[in-house]
Amino acid sequence: MTVDSQGTASAAPQDAPGRAAGKSQTPPPPSGAKESLRPPRGRRSLPSGLLPYLLVTPALLSMAVLLLYPLIRNVILSFQGVNKREMIRRETPWVGFENYTKLLGDPDFWSVVVRSLVVTAVNVALVMLIGTLVGMLLNRLGKKMRLVLSLALMFAWAMPIVASVTVFRWLFDEQFGVANWVMRSIGFSGYEQHNWFETGFSTLVIVTILLVWGSIPFVALNMYAALTTVGTELYEAAKMDGASGWRTFWSVVFPNLKPFFMITTFLEIIWIFKAFTQVYAMNQGGPDRSSETLPVFAYIEGMGQQHYGLAAAISILTIVMLLVAMSFYFRLILKQEDEQ
Amino acid sequence: MSTTTPTPQKLRTRRPLRPAAVAKNLTALVVAAIFVFPVYWMFSSSLKPQSEILTKDPVFFFKPTFENYSTATGVDLFWSYVTNSLIVTLGAVLLALLVALAASFAIARMKFKGRKGIVLIVMMAQMAPWEVMVIAMYMIARDNDMLNSIPLLTAIYFVMVLPFTIWTLRGFIAAVPVELEEAAQIDGCTRGQAFRKVIFPLLAPGLMSTSLFGFITAWNEFAMVLVLNKDKTNQTLTFWLTQFQTAFGNDWAATMAASTLFALPVLVVFIFLQRKAVGGMTAGAVKG
Repeated sequence: MTVDSQGTASAAPQDAPGRAAGKSQTPPPPSGAKESLRPPRGRRSLPSGLLPYLLVTPALLSMAVLLLYPLIRNVILSFQGVNKREMIRRETPWVGFENYTKLLGDPDFWSVVVRSLVVTAVNVALVMLIGTLVGMLLNRLGKKMRLVLSLALMFAWAMPIVASVTVFRWLFDEQFGVANWVMRSIGFSGYEQHNWFETGFSTLVIVTILLVWGSIPFVALNMYAALTTVGTELYEAAKMDGASGWRTFWSVVFPNLKPFFMITTFLEIIWIFKAFTQVYAMNQGGPDRSSETLPVFAYIEGMGQQHYGLAAAISILTIVMLLVAMSFYFRLILKQEDEQ
Repeated sequence: MSTTTPTPQKLRTRRPLRPAAVAKNLTALVVAAIFVFPVYWMFSSSLKPQSEILTKDPVFFFKPTFENYSTATGVDLFWSYVTNSLIVTLGAVLLALLVALAASFAIARMKFKGRKGIVLIVMMAQMAPWEVMVIAMYMIARDNDMLNSIPLLTAIYFVMVLPFTIWTLRGFIAAVPVELEEAAQIDGCTRGQAFRKVIFPLLAPGLMSTSLFGFITAWNEFAMVLVLNKDKTNQTLTFWLTQFQTAFGNDWAATMAASTLFALPVLVVFIFLQRKAVGGMTAGAVKG
């Protein structure tokens, strides 16, 4: 505190009106000159003691009860053989690693894992590619068109997931969907009553369209915001040197936005890998459980088949896979935090 | 205009449209149309009379009707779903704002042992895979006889939006210059007063946009309510919407009316507050 008051005191004589104004000088805009006069200081802290801990306690406590405890319970449950009968009798017999060995030896589990990874890879690639392109398009548009496009993106972004799943089911309806009409209009045959949800693969294609449609606005609008931070001088300099558009992107824009790219990519990996509502509400993991991704697989095994212990093991393995992506993400974020 | 010597910039704006510019704008229009279409189609389908919705070739021009909306809202328990959704969402957001304000103030403005650790915890909690934890949550709720409980759902949503709320508010508080707070204290404010009179008003846009995102998260949540609240009277609107099509067979017009009703608050809030929040952030923020 003393340092602070000294700082203000020493700065005050600099601007006479400020001193004259004295007490009415409520919001002093920090001017550059004033800032440079001050001895460099780190984060100025107010007197601390118990107060910060008191302020943080409610947040930490609630996260401990409703987040940490369920996670621990999830781990415990994955070592227990809780099925329908045990559930009714309220028994929790220990089975050691049985749930895990059962899963790891089950080809069905592995096909769900592969499916989840493929869906995630395809989706993230599409989202990042198209999102970046749309973001760059936004950057080059005039004011009016930019407003139109960003408003359209905003609508897709804001659309609640459950509502958009319902709309997509309607768009791809077997009898009266627009998708079939579009296919017919373009000139494809066999779309009189095409069932888009006939196979797990086709269901996942629709899910992919939905996920990509819903995820691009975030990437595109953030990409545009990031692009505006790259100074126009850089572009102009590159242009003067005779760089092509492609070249400008890779040697000027991309290096500047690399942290942004990396962070967004990992965010998308995490979000898409754990997407539940989009996959489940679209077709309940069907037909015949063939569009299940890991989160849906865990849900169906648990709530549907009543293999609660097994489901807990699936969710633990899913979380472990998510942790791999998250560790990269956290490292990037922490690096950025340090740089700031 | 012709008498003045045109500056280079004026020349540029008056130059006839180049093919590249036309292509650019056309692409933008097509992209915009693709992104808006599902939302538009939901809205337009919801207004179609029964005779014009179940057609092989879609009808684009029709006389709008609101009968589908009365079908959708006439569903049993509609108003209890609305009430439940509102309680759960608003409760979670308000609780989160309150708890997060305290925590983020400590993190942004105070130096204490373990600060960095708490930041890390908040970051990790923000990425919590809630959708994957539903089974464990179900077991906990069942063991404590809290299945079909609105308070439990509110509490879960509160913790769901809390880390994000702390994270963003921390940024907003850090953006308020310490000088303002100090000046207020020099002027005789207590620390609490300085917070209430100086920081809090400046935080308003931040609080607004943060609660907006919290609202959207809680309003949209589906996995938890699906698992925990099986009892119809304790369901929220997300459940109502997913069950709609099953219950009403092929009544797509009413289903779209239900979707519109569900999506409208979020769309309005998002579009309205997004501009306000962004404007507030750029207008009120202090650099450095």
